[in-house]
Amino acid sequence: MPKPEILDPQGKAVLGALPRLGFTGVSDVRQGKRFELEFSGEVTPEVLAEVEKMAETLLSNPVIENYAVTVEQ
Amino acid sequence: MKVGVVTFPGSLDDVDAQRAVRIGGNEAVALWHADADLKGVDAVVLPGGFSYGDYLRCGAISRFAPVMAEVVRAAGNGLPVLGICNGFQILCESHLLPGALIRNDHRKFVCRDQVLRIENNRTAWTSSYDEGAEITIVLKNGEGGFVADADTLARIEGEGQVVARYLEVNPNGSLNDIAGITNDRGNVVGLMPHPEHAVEELTGSGTDGLGFFTSLAAATFA
Repeated sequence: MPKPEILDPQGKAVLGALPRLGFTGVSDVRQGKRFELEFSGEVTPEVLAEVEKMAETLLSNPVIENYAVTVEQ
Repeated sequence: MKVGVVTFPGSLDDVDAQRAVRIGGNEAVALWHADADLKGVDAVVLPGGFSYGDYLRCGAISRFAPVMAEVVRAAGNGLPVLGICNGFQILCESHLLPGALIRNDHRKFVCRDQVLRIENNRTAWTSSYDEGAEITIVLKNGEGGFVADADTLARIEGEGQVVARYLEVNPNGSLNDIAGITNDRGNVVGLMPHPEHAVEELTGSGTDGLGFFTSLAAATFA
């Protein structure tokens, strides 16, 4: 997700479109990205540490974005 | 001097940059993104365009191209590197320059003749200009909004790392009207507008961009 202090023009565009469709009451929209990574084996702490590294080096830009990693079976 | 111009898949302005290098009095050397080889050049230009389709984030994938490992290493040793537009985005993603570039605040692509003020003429790429010089070169970008956290912004302002600032209008929402910055050493410069499109009277807004390509020689022989 873009960090809270970073302007999110795409989120602003969505926010502007919602009332035009009759949806009211939304005070802000932030738009981010979601990556789904699949592993054939078990997601061990070592694998998770690798994913954190991927998130930090390539998948996100820590200068402007925060990230969170979750595991689904 | 030999100035390398990197071509990534999706680069658009590499040929114009090579031409500007030659008009500036230097020899242009084509570099290829997939070759970890700088061919002995004395400086490198990362040109504009949409490298790797701007997938993921602008410059995010280019940063890991084999040639960039060499550029990052050589820049650390003082090699002059100029990133224009997409090249600026690549330099920020590579952490050779602070901050990042995000989508224009008004969300539209912008293409205009833009007035700039040269704020720092002590870099490898701007020494041909007088400090405070006002120049007009073309700007064309969709994701040119320069952002950085408050501490970083205060540092680059305080250390004189702002190279060029937008005058008259802020075309993309850049903080402090910043159009270009340099690293603390002054050898790496990123600029959102395109000086390589303003080097001949025949096309464009004039020849105000030529100084970026003549500065290398001026800095060397000064």
